[in-house]
Parts: sequence; C-alpha cells; structure tokens
Amino acid sequence: MEYFLELILGGLTRGSIYALIALGYTMVYGIIQLINFAHGEIYMIGAFTALIFTSVLTLLGFNEIAVIVLASLAAVIYSSAYGYTVEKIAYMPLRRASRLSPLISAIGMSIFLQNYVLLAQTSDFLPFPNLIPEFEFIKPYRHIISSPEIVILITTSTAMILLTFLIKFTRTGKAMRATAQDRNMAMLVGVNVNRVISITFVIGSALAALGGVLIASHVGQINFYIGFVAGIKAFTAAVLGGIGSIPGAVLGALVLGLTESFATGYVSSDYEDVFAFGLLVLILIFKPAGILGRVTARKV
Amino acid sequence: MLRLKNVNSFYGNIQVLKNLNIEISRGEIITLIGANGAGKTTTLMTISGLVPSRSGEITFMGKTIHNMRPDRIVSLGISQVPEGRRIFPYLTVLENLDMGAFLRTDRKNIKKDMEYIFDLFPILSQRRNQFGGTLSGGERQMLAISRAIMARPVLLLLDEPSLGLAPLIVRQIFEIIKKINIENQTTVFLVEQNANLALKAAHRGYVMENGRITLSDSAENLLSNENVRKAYLGL
Repeated sequence: MEYFLELILGGLTRGSIYALIALGYTMVYGIIQLINFAHGEIYMIGAFTALIFTSVLTLLGFNEIAVIVLASLAAVIYSSAYGYTVEKIAYMPLRRASRLSPLISAIGMSIFLQNYVLLAQTSDFLPFPNLIPEFEFIKPYRHIISSPEIVILITTSTAMILLTFLIKFTRTGKAMRATAQDRNMAMLVGVNVNRVISITFVIGSALAALGGVLIASHVGQINFYIGFVAGIKAFTAAVLGGIGSIPGAVLGALVLGLTESFATGYVSSDYEDVFAFGLLVLILIFKPAGILGRVTARKV
Repeated sequence: MLRLKNVNSFYGNIQVLKNLNIEISRGEIITLIGANGAGKTTTLMTISGLVPSRSGEITFMGKTIHNMRPDRIVSLGISQVPEGRRIFPYLTVLENLDMGAFLRTDRKNIKKDMEYIFDLFPILSQRRNQFGGTLSGGERQMLAISRAIMARPVLLLLDEPSLGLAPLIVRQIFEIIKKINIENQTTVFLVEQNANLALKAAHRGYVMENGRITLSDSAENLLSNENVRKAYLGL
C-alpha cells in the first residue's frame, strides 16, 4: 500500500511538471494552431538561467530561500523574454502563410536554440544544486514523498489555479479565449490580437521556466538537450488530453505521469516510454481528439 | 462622416473593389445592395481594416483610417456585425456581450447597456449563461447585433442581418435597427441581398456590381427605379 502511494505521489509530481510544459503547447496551439517545437528549448533555457543565477547568488552569499526565489524569478523572466522574441522573429512574420511554414520555422528555432546553448555553455551535463531544503515535518513520511516532490506539487497547483483564474475571469483571459475561438471576430470587437498572442507566449514560457527550475533541481543535472526530451513528453501529454484544451493538458499530463510511474514501479523503468506512448496510441484510436478535446465540426 | 474615396481592395491578385466611392453622413441608414460576390462583404471588411486597401483613402470623422489596425478602428467607434454572426461559440451570452464592450472602461454604463439589451431581446436574458454556440440562428443574430451595440458605436456596419432567418425574426431585427438609429443616433451601414427589405429601412442606397458602385440614390427612388426593380426586387 505504501509503495502504491509512493508511486501515485511520484506520478503526480512527474505529471505536474509535464503539465507546466504542456500548458504552453496547448495554449499556443489553441490560439494560433501552431505546434511550437521551440517550447522545450524555452524550458531548457529556464533551467540554465536558474543554474547561472544560483551559482552567482550563492557566491554572493545569499541564503537558501533567497537563492531559490531569485533564481526562479530570473528564469521566468528570461524564458518569457525568449518566448516573446521567438514568436516575434519566427512566427509573427508568417501569420498569413500556410500552416506548414511556421511549423518549419519552429523546428528551426528549436535547433538554433539548442546549438546556441551548446556553444555558449557546454555539451556536458552540468550538476544542478538541490535548491529545495529537507523539511522537518516531512521526515516521518520520507519513504512516501520527498521535500522536492511536495514543493513541486504545491508550486504547480498554485500556478495552475492562478492560470485558471486569469483565463476565466480577467479581461486578458477573455480576450485570449475569444481570439482562440475566432481571431477575426476578436479583432472586430477591438482586441489587439498580436498582443494577445504575445501574452500567450509569455505565459506559456513562464510556466515552462518554472518547470525547468523545479525539475532541474529535483533531477540534479542539466544539459542543452533536456528541452527536447521534456518537450516530446509534454507534447504527448497535450495531445493525450486534447490539444488546445487547458484542463485537457493538465489531465493528460497527470495521466501520463501516473502511467510512467506505475510502469516503472511495477514493470521496469526501461518500459516507461512503451507504456506512455502505448497509452497515447490507445487514446488516439478511441478518442482521436484527446480525452477532453473538442471535435472540431462547427456550424457555420 | 465616413468617406471612401477611390478605394481598391484585393484578395491576393484578384481585385474585388474597384475605385469605390461611398459617403455616409451622421444619423443616416445607408444600404449597399448587390448580387452574390459583388464585393459587399469586402467593402465592410475594408472599412474595418481586416482587408487592406491597396490604394485610395478611407476617412472617418476627419481621421484617415485605411492604414489603421482593426482594433484602433473599433476604438474610433466603428463596430461590425459580420456575415454569419460569428458568435464566440464557447463564451457564454454574457461573455459575448462583455467582449462587445471590450474597449470600454465605464463599468456602470456597461451594466446599464446590458439591461437595455435584455429589454430589447428578453430571450438573451434567459440564455445569459448559455454558450453562444448553443443558440438558434435568430438568437445568434440578436446576440451579434447586441454585441456590436455594447461597443456604443458611432457607426454600425451590418452584413446580411436577414440571412437565413424566419420572416418574423427578420422584421423584429429590422425594427430594432431602426430603433437604434433613432434613439442612439447611431449611423447604420447595412449590406443586404434582400433589397426590398433594406431599401424600405434605409434613407439612401448604393447598388454594387462586380466591385463597382453603379447607382446611388435615395431609397425611395431606388425602390421605383426600373433597373433596380428588375435586377434586385424581382418585379
């Protein structure tokens, strides 16, 4: 039973990290029908920024908590700036082009950013310090859940609640939903659509950066390639849940995380990808639009 | 108030609007009639800035607007009810109305305007928490017009409001268009295929053929014009 609980909590942790990244995919897809292949790289850049800031701040003698908070903040700001710039450089000029063009541009951006970090940093794995301290109150339950897992779960659920609030109740959120549903009509009621798209990229990037910091600190090492791997998983989660749907991305990510956790726990970690993608295939056979995806037949 | 001078618009390489000249004064209801594919919808989209004009000039209340972003044009007071209603399907009726008032900041008056809308169309009040996509055709048209009114426009552009609606609802909608014109001093530019209906509601009219204005006159004269009667009124 305890083992089962441990697997569930491990799966939820993993899933909530996927969710942070998957939200960026699904929001961007929802609003401009683009699969942003460079999104994983934004997450990777978040992790690197956090690493650089952590090293500098530690050298300067800041205390642990200050280091975590400032490094995460820096990662979020940096990655958002990258996400914003990538959209302006690589996607905005192609707004009226066929759907394939921005897709190719996205792949190009992904390769560029990977190699840029490879050249600017190194191809080796870099150790990432464990930023999250061991909590006292967790000690009795250590065999079930670790401190980093708790921090990850709390941070991601807070971020998701804030996001839900933003999308549901704010003016910007309403403009985002309207733009996703009918871009030209949104313009006709006075929405500055380019700005809404920029905001979407910034929010998605900020969430991905948060995921980058949390996972890097949990796993303990990073390199220029982590964005690709995490990106594929998060993208799978987004498709699983129904791409374009925000609750779908979160649900898909949690299902994926739990599947992998149970596959690792009861079968073998070699088979976690088999189970993850096997599940994707099954869901796409029986529900092609994803778990919460909308079938896109619209009355005109 | 609105003036199109020698406007030329293209879709790719195909010229849709050819040397278009239209003038609308404050308080008028002006209609633009013509067959399918004459360029009526393109005219409205060009005014709203969604289709760029390649040459010519569009001015609105003394400001040049043909190079403006669509959202800036809306902020000057031009709202459009596009063809096919274009209700946001996964926003509720209330949220759709809220989107109409997107650029306004005067919360109190927004509330008042919503009450006014619910007076005009009680059915929308009953459906206020339903998704826009679940409404019937007539309800969608009511919502589309209401959404545009929520912007408190100076100039209201209407594209085929009668399309696909039962005669009773069409009559109701035209009554309301006239009511808005009189009560709120809103200028209306009405594009219609149903020429009879449009000319009866309007003060003046333009006839469009193949992207050109071929005729413009008072609505009365157009209704009795031999060519118009033959081509558009089926008489």
